[in-house]
Formats: sequence, structure tokens, C-alpha cells
Amino acid sequence: MTFWQKISEEFVRCFIREDRYKLLLSGIGVTLKVSLVAVLLGVIIGFFIAVCNLSKKKFLNIIGGIYTDVIRGTPSVTQLMFIYFVVFAAISLDKWLICAIAFGINSGGYVAEIIRAGILSIDRGQTEAGRSLGLNARQTMTRIVLPQAIKNIFPALCNEFIVLIKETAIVGYVGLMDIQKAGDFIKSATFSAFMPLIATAIIYYVIIKLLNIGLKYIEKVLRQSEIR
Amino acid sequence: MIKVKNLHKKFDKLEVLKGIDEHIRPGEVVAVIGPSGSGKSTFLRCLNLLEDVTEGEIYVDDRLITDKNVDINKVRQKMGMVFQQFNLFPHLKILDNITLAPVLLKLMTKEEAKKRAMELLDRVGLKDKADSYPGSLSGGQKQRVAIARALCMNPEIMLFDEPTSALDPEMVGEVLDVIKKLAEDGMTMVIVTHEMGFAKEVASRVLFMDQGIIMEQGTPKELFENPQNERTKLFLSKVL
Repeated sequence: MTFWQKISEEFVRCFIREDRYKLLLSGIGVTLKVSLVAVLLGVIIGFFIAVCNLSKKKFLNIIGGIYTDVIRGTPSVTQLMFIYFVVFAAISLDKWLICAIAFGINSGGYVAEIIRAGILSIDRGQTEAGRSLGLNARQTMTRIVLPQAIKNIFPALCNEFIVLIKETAIVGYVGLMDIQKAGDFIKSATFSAFMPLIATAIIYYVIIKLLNIGLKYIEKVLRQSEIR
Repeated sequence: MIKVKNLHKKFDKLEVLKGIDEHIRPGEVVAVIGPSGSGKSTFLRCLNLLEDVTEGEIYVDDRLITDKNVDINKVRQKMGMVFQQFNLFPHLKILDNITLAPVLLKLMTKEEAKKRAMELLDRVGLKDKADSYPGSLSGGQKQRVAIARALCMNPEIMLFDEPTSALDPEMVGEVLDVIKKLAEDGMTMVIVTHEMGFAKEVASRVLFMDQGIIMEQGTPKELFENPQNERTKLFLSKVL
């Protein structure tokens, strides 16, 4: 038996037999669902925490400070398990949604710091110009500061999204069948480690590669005002 | 138009303004001169409360704007401000830089604002730049756009904070010309400047500030040709 024959036989045994490829496909769906909702939630939470941290009000600073401190100071597995087994213990909600919420809360802590840095990177003169025209603080923030800040922090946010997608590979800890867990399942069922793990790696890689291409394009559009 | 009574401003322990009383009347062009650190920019920035006032009162059209209950945004709509660093919005086209505030504040429709903006751009000689981004403009052009942006709000008074200090020398003239034209049209203005020749020519009154107070004031003729205060004399001997 040649090397290639061996490989293809392995492939059939791991993925085709008993329709095991379907496990991976549904795993992709789960990973994407969890990641997408978590990213959105993370940006929303991150924005509010950033505003808290930048506020002049002391108690908002404290809330924001504790939030980022706890999120960054504890492992995401611990956070996920805590939210799944403690916070949502008595609430019946789709498993994937609980995971998405957990990752959103986690991501929010990191996004908050990214957004805070982005807002601080915009010159004070921009705010002053907006306010001197009679715009209120909120209008100045949403129409003048944030559009510029988002452009500056976009690469850092992309990085956070990518980290988040890979981070979701721990949802197996609470029994959710994502890509990683599906690969793991195949591994146990076939007693073969190489094929399922390589497949898992390739699937994550392709997802992130595609995401990267999309994000690069968006960044180019965002940078249009810098064309001279 | 603007009355300032006993204005004090402290940054932490540092007292930058130590009691300023001033009355700016409609149609006046007031030039504020003085050495660096004399508080002249701070004084200007207090007039539209970009700096909060430590002590004292500021009245705009007889309304006490240092009162906490006054909607300062409404007051600022009538006070145009031009900054040393231009502060154009780099993410917006020139036209949108100018129309953003009047449209957002519902003072004009999009079409009205656009029409007015084009008129103003024409007036400052930059009509062809309407669709450019600020990044492609020279310093002088940016500052002229900044003036147009402030004018689009139809302000009753214009505040200039060293409008030519960040410009290359060959661009100072084009900006001063625009300001001069405004003065001729009867716009009330307060201009913090280091351009003594310009102050002499355009101002109806000159304030000399030093050490946080107005040391001396008068018509350009009085102040430049016959200064009374020792500090004024010393300052002028250095800059003229």
C-alpha cells in the first residue's frame, strides 16, 4: 500500500464513514454563530466600558476598572464555566447562546481597552472644534471622534476578533460541539489523531484567512480619506 | 456683546488669568497681543467656555453664560472659533467639514448648508476644493476652510486663536486677507495674534496682556506709537 493510498483510506475512515464530516460541518456553524454574536456583544460592552473608563465620574471609573481587571485577570475557561454552570445554571437558554454571551463578556474587557486607546489617540483639538461649533458632547463623540478612532483601532479590533474565534475552541468544556470538539469526537471514535486534528486546524485557518481578506478590504475603504 | 467681569482661571495651582474686565462691543475688532504665557489664548478660550472659568462672570448679549443652567451649546453656535492648529475633521470632505454642524443642529437643510458652504468657499477662494479631504490641503488652505466652517454657522462674533502661528510664512498673507475682509464686512472679532502689523492695520482696539491681566489697551495708534506701560514698551521694543 502506498503512502497516498494510506492517507486516502484514513480520510475515508475518519470523515466519510458514518457521515462524520457532518459533525465538522455543524461544528463550523456553531463556531461561527458563537463568534459572531460574541464579537457584536464584545464591541457593545467594550464601548460602554471604555466610556466608563474615560468618564469624569469616579464611580463609573471604578466600575470600568473592576470589569477590565477581572476579565483580564482570570482565564477565559474559568469565566466560561462560571457563566455556564453558575450564572445561567437556572436559566434555560440555548447552549451556544450562553457561550456567546460568555465570550462577549470576555471580549468586552479587551475591546474596552482598545476603544479607550483609540479615543485617546484623537487630538483634543478635534473635540474642541466640534464643541466650538455648538455640537454637544455626544454629537462630537459620534460624528467626529469615533469615526476617526475606529479607523485607528481597526487593526487591533481585527486582531481581537481573530483571537476570539480561536478562543471559542474551549466551548467543549461545557459540552458544546464546535469545530474543535467535533474533531476531538472523531478522534475518539476512530482512534486516529492525525486526520481529525489536521482537519480542525485547516478549518480554523481557512475561516480566519477569509475573515482577514474581508477585514483588509474594509480597512482599505475606511482609509479612503487619506488618499491625497 | 461680550462683557467679562473679574475673570480668573486657575490650572491646578497655576493662576493664568488674574482678574480680567473687558467689554467687547458689536462691530469691534479686538486684537489681543502679549508674550507667550501671558494668558491671552486662555482668555479667548474662556469666552466660549472651552476652558471652564474658575471665578468671575461672562455675559454674552447680556446673558450670564458662566451660569450652570445656560445651554452653552446654544451660545457657542453664535460664536465662531478658529484654532491655531486648524482642527479640520480629517475624515470628512471639505464640504462636509463645513456643513456638518449646521445640518446636524438642524439650523439648515442639507441643500441650504451646501449652498451656503459653496458661497463661503468661493469667498475664501477654495471652491474647487469642496470634494477634497483636508489631508490634501496646505496649511493656509486648511485655515481658510476652518474660517469658512465657523462662518457657516452665521456667528455673531468670531474668535481667532493665533490663526497664523502654525503657518509657513508665505501662507500667512492669504489667511490674514480673509480675516481682513471679514473685518471690513463689520464682523465682531477677537483675535489673539503675534502679527503686529496685522493688529495695527485691522484692529479697532488692541489689548496688551501680560502676567494674566490686561496691562494696557487702546487704539492701535495709541498702543503701538505711544505705549504708557513699561511692560508694553519692553514687549513692543522686542517684537517691532
